Amino acid sequence: MTIGTSEQLLRDMVRIRRIEETLADLYPSQEMRTPTHFSIGQEAVAVGVCSALRRTDAVYSGHRCHAHYLAKGGDLGGMVAELYGRETGCARGRGGSVHLNDPDAGVVASSAILGQTMAVAVGTALAFVMDGRDDVAVTFFGDGTVEEGIFHETLNFAVMRRAPVLFVCENNGFSTHTRLEVRQPASVPIHVRGGSYGMPSRLVDGNDVFAVQEAAREAVAHCRRGAGPFFLECTTYRWREHVGPLWDYDKGYRSKAEVDSWIARCPIRRAADRLATTPARLAALERECQLEVDAAVAAARTAPFPAVEDLTLGTY
Amino acid sequence: MRRLSYGQAISEATVQCMEADPNIFVTGIGVDDFKGIFGTTAEAFRRFGPARVFDIPNGENAMTGIAIGAAAAGKRPLVVHPRNDFMFLCMDQLFNLAAKWRYMFGNRGGVPVVFRGIVGRGWGQGATHSQSLQALFAHFPGLYVGLPASPADAKGLLVSALRGSGPVVLLENRALYELEGEVPETLEAIPFGKGRVVRPGTDVTIVGISLMAYEAARAAEILVDHNVSAEVIDLRSVRPLDDEIILRSLRKTGRLVVADTSWALCGVSAEVAAIAAEKGWHYLKAPVRRVTPPDCPAPVSKPLEDAFHPNPMTIAQACLDVLKAGAPLGTGVADVQASFAGPY
Repeated sequence: MTIGTSEQLLRDMVRIRRIEETLADLYPSQEMRTPTHFSIGQEAVAVGVCSALRRTDAVYSGHRCHAHYLAKGGDLGGMVAELYGRETGCARGRGGSVHLNDPDAGVVASSAILGQTMAVAVGTALAFVMDGRDDVAVTFFGDGTVEEGIFHETLNFAVMRRAPVLFVCENNGFSTHTRLEVRQPASVPIHVRGGSYGMPSRLVDGNDVFAVQEAAREAVAHCRRGAGPFFLECTTYRWREHVGPLWDYDKGYRSKAEVDSWIARCPIRRAADRLATTPARLAALERECQLEVDAAVAAARTAPFPAVEDLTLGTY
Repeated sequence: MRRLSYGQAISEATVQCMEADPNIFVTGIGVDDFKGIFGTTAEAFRRFGPARVFDIPNGENAMTGIAIGAAAAGKRPLVVHPRNDFMFLCMDQLFNLAAKWRYMFGNRGGVPVVFRGIVGRGWGQGATHSQSLQALFAHFPGLYVGLPASPADAKGLLVSALRGSGPVVLLENRALYELEGEVPETLEAIPFGKGRVVRPGTDVTIVGISLMAYEAARAAEILVDHNVSAEVIDLRSVRPLDDEIILRSLRKTGRLVVADTSWALCGVSAEVAAIAAEKGWHYLKAPVRRVTPPDCPAPVSKPLEDAFHPNPMTIAQACLDVLKAGAPLGTGVADVQASFAGPY
């Protein structure tokens, strides 16, 4: 691994962090009116996995989709304008935060219903095979999705058809406010359940972007050479509230000590330490990214809203 | 014109569309087995093989999502459900994603997925194998919902579906499969949202869908003997719904009977009655009458089943009631499936 590509991973995480923290700061002004699930603290999974992909690979995500969209190359201006409900949004103000998409960048769809895009990614992978393409489809989902029926239906089908699909479970330990240990049997970890369907499966430290990248490269190579699906469980942690811009360690379902212990394992700080990035260099990266997001916010705030005459446009 | 059965017409449309468009593939539980979904997928499998006609594991919700994902990557999946009752398991993908895809993702294009669901009828199939789900599908913007009642429409609506740009649900009543009729040999699309006058008349309008359009035509024959001229309208699709054809007929007859294969409450028959009340009030000379199954699940026992399904006699009776013209008809017409000896 060269220093140049390594710093790119750091920079991609810093960029997502600056974007999301800026949007979180602006949220209380009520100009963005769409339920938003921030990925702050979870950036390494998105960045590590997407660094192993090429533009023509397809990415699908769920409700917490900002980081995946940005890491895959989704247009920042389109995302911010979407949150502001503008016609220039990536879904023209019809989709909102949980339905980000940018087909040109290979971000095909995101959806707020658990597990929905797992199956859809497999269908896209199947189409790639039918067309003789060696592209790969990736679906990001959370630990909550593991409890859904479609999780099992989808893994079963993907293995039976050797679909070139990478399943990435971002295990942040919570489904909304409910802890994993009261939802799923601790004796069978998620990556074991994924692997039990007959595909290679790995457990990765989801706050170590280099470990995620290494695992994703192995997984993507496996899918690309026609060897079937691959399952990655990436452990990580959500810093902010389930939905919304605030901190919520005072609400009783988790402690400040727990949140702090994960902040101590911040994926950006860990990558910067590993790369021996100087504070000055990190600050410079942050400034660069801040300029970009500030410009996107300014553009979104002055962009037109969709015309009310176009309310039903796009239904058919 | 050459004649085909309803089932043969579906098979022919599938094969011809697949010849014309290499992106079409067919999947669903058992589409490649020896029965070939009542013969409708067998010829496609023989012709195109397992690369384009393939079985799929159980898991209807994932199956639907897989079809959507393939469509998002340029394919045209045709998914077949031997019983539409299993499509309850597809609802999330169908309603929350396929129907909304174009709108919710910024009008960049829809997902051209086509679902065929077969509606069982009679022969004791009972509560979970003989429901007809058109009202449910019709509720959601973004879907096209068709219910062909003739062999020609079975072919033409499937051609439209496989050429279209959005998600389609086609419901096919099993009792129509052996029905024969003239079918064009070439690929001629019948658009969604256009009804058909099955039979012109002047005294009363009978609006039917699916099997009830066929039964309404049989009712109109019975009514001839009672000096009643009934106009029979087959809606053919319920989303979009052709309200113009209903209103044109009402203007002429002033009386409306609606026959549906499914329940009255919040059903398609209620929608047709609402169109008459909202837009055709001034044409109405009598209250609208609906002929639907009673408000209970489909039974199994033969006498109960006979009483459950609307038939030509109950439709004709409703017309006479609306016209205040005559005594009760009683029973006495052969059931549409009288010669069917099972098993399904």
